[in-house]
Amino acid sequence: MSELVISDLTAEVAGRPILTGVNLTVRSGEVHAIMGPNGSGKSTLSHVLMGRPGYTVTGGSMLLDGVELSTLAPYERAQAGLFLGMQYPTEVPGVSIQSVLRESLVAAGRMGDDLYATLSAEAARVGLDPALVGRSLNVDFSGGEKKRNETVQLALLRPKFAILDEIDSGLDVDALAQVSQRVEEATSEWGLGVIAVTHYNRLLEKLHADVVHIFAKGRILESGGPELATALEESGYAKWVEAAGGDEPAPVAADTDPFADPLGL
Amino acid sequence: MSVDQLTPERAAALPGPDWLCAQRAEAAERFSTAALPDTSLEEWRYSRVEQLDLAAYTVEGADHVAVPAPATALGESLGRSAGTIVLHNGRVASVTLEGHLSEKGVRFGLLADSAVAVGGLSGGTDPFGDLTLAQGPDPLLLAVPRGVAVEVPFHLIHVIDGEGSLVLPRLVIDAAENSELSLVEWATSGNVEALVVPRTEISVGNAARVRMVSVNAWGSATNQLAAVSATVGQEATLRMSHVALGGDYARSRFDCRLVGRGATGQLSALYLGDGDQMHDLRTFQTHEARDTTSELLFKGALDDRARAVYTGMIRVDHEGRGSNADQTNRVIKLSDEAWAESVPNLEINHNDVKCSHATAVGPIDEDQRFYLESRGVPPETAERLVVNGFFEEVLDTIAVPEVVAVVRPLIAAKLGAVGGGS
Repeated sequence: MSELVISDLTAEVAGRPILTGVNLTVRSGEVHAIMGPNGSGKSTLSHVLMGRPGYTVTGGSMLLDGVELSTLAPYERAQAGLFLGMQYPTEVPGVSIQSVLRESLVAAGRMGDDLYATLSAEAARVGLDPALVGRSLNVDFSGGEKKRNETVQLALLRPKFAILDEIDSGLDVDALAQVSQRVEEATSEWGLGVIAVTHYNRLLEKLHADVVHIFAKGRILESGGPELATALEESGYAKWVEAAGGDEPAPVAADTDPFADPLGL
Repeated sequence: MSVDQLTPERAAALPGPDWLCAQRAEAAERFSTAALPDTSLEEWRYSRVEQLDLAAYTVEGADHVAVPAPATALGESLGRSAGTIVLHNGRVASVTLEGHLSEKGVRFGLLADSAVAVGGLSGGTDPFGDLTLAQGPDPLLLAVPRGVAVEVPFHLIHVIDGEGSLVLPRLVIDAAENSELSLVEWATSGNVEALVVPRTEISVGNAARVRMVSVNAWGSATNQLAAVSATVGQEATLRMSHVALGGDYARSRFDCRLVGRGATGQLSALYLGDGDQMHDLRTFQTHEARDTTSELLFKGALDDRARAVYTGMIRVDHEGRGSNADQTNRVIKLSDEAWAESVPNLEINHNDVKCSHATAVGPIDEDQRFYLESRGVPPETAERLVVNGFFEEVLDTIAVPEVVAVVRPLIAAKLGAVGGGS
């Protein structure tokens, strides 16, 4: 049984406080949905957990089985069992899914001899064209292919915990069903713990959340069962945002792609 | 023989048929009256031309010409060839040509053996080009007659081991109407200071197909001032790729003139610099006829204090209706001290054309690196994957694919040295 314990976590981006005290504990096999309005800091939480450059932890802790993640480089966090399924997966020209997974598994000392077979099988499970595993990562992929690709990598790396940052956005019904079902199966297959960051509860139709958290103003305002997501669907976030008082923390360049390629490569 | 002895009289004394002597005489005359270029000229801006001292080099005699061991090994690694010429310090050390090609009228050997006039100026000359035209001792010819397609590549291997040598190789490629040929030109040198001034003239006849790859694998003290000028005829295709790895100061200028309707010119280059070396690349894509297409893709990576300059000109003449031109140059800087300049230029004289250019100089993409690291790939491996991936697109365009397997380990070795510190 693994445990990811986030306590009083605060963080800032470019000197601006975004996370204002996050408390969250996730155990193996659990699915936690984090739902909140745009600019609430949900994506920042994802990036802070993975250690993206530019995101600074200013207080609190995040422990994966007792290991403080903020002392680890991003690749070490991944090797320790953390996975971030990105909202905007980066295009990496000339680097294939297969070669990235190979390098990751080799670095972890987990490289088997059937990577391609496993990859093909996992691609088939989420409806990703197996030919894409040899192509450049995310280059010329459709929105759905990108999210399926993230899911295939998740399945190959078998992390202890996965943060899925709006994995459902832009997915059509079929893709959404395949991706959420694959993640759901992973929770029983190897006890994957999931933090699913999302706007919409349609993700939760196949990926059954044990706990739903309302996230606004950089922290969790309320937690409850799946019924909370349903209530949210009907009433919106206004109630929680108003109750928390004060101004919304401004979104970090909400309209710009945080993964925009400065080189335009 | 020192450079001040490179007089018109010396040029006139070189052996060859009358037409070749006439070409030499004209070029010698221009060279003797021209001033050497300096960085005030746009084409030489940012270059190291002013640091080159021609008088420090001498043209070697033919006394010690032999096929050096590296040439033999290289020939073997490049695989099968239709014919091979080895130049040792710019002098012909060996020539082979498959017999059946010789019977079909294919020529691969000394230009002086050609009874008919070929080559000559087709734009893109400068005093250095004239120097090689006038004084190059063993100019070469690769000629394929009309309708003959040679599928196996020709090999031209340069080896320089003479300290202080001034090497003046000239090559004329003449692909007659509806012919086909490919050439791999490989240049290597020992740890010697040398100046090489290669001059290549390419004529691609109507409906002909020419593919050429030049590899600069010079030693670190060799300087190069290369110029390639090509004319491409009606519905003909020229594909030209350059891989620049070595040299101290290595300049290559490519002029591609699309002179026949429907002509296509594709240029690609991959360049890697480290230490204090400098790559200097200039391109001219000139559309002189209707419905012509030019594509250019250059990519470089620089570490340490390495420098690179790229300037590219796309010109579409009044006759260039319906032309397509594309030009892309991208450079990754792997160190803060590396320096690169990239200057695209367009000169369009017709409305009905499509032109695009893209240029970028910057560090390795942080988002790409983070994406790979978030999958558990260690930083140095991630950087290597990103940089190698960056070059995959160019390797896909290498005009003679057989070369890719031979240059890959050289690129990996150079990138290993390049990426070592980060």
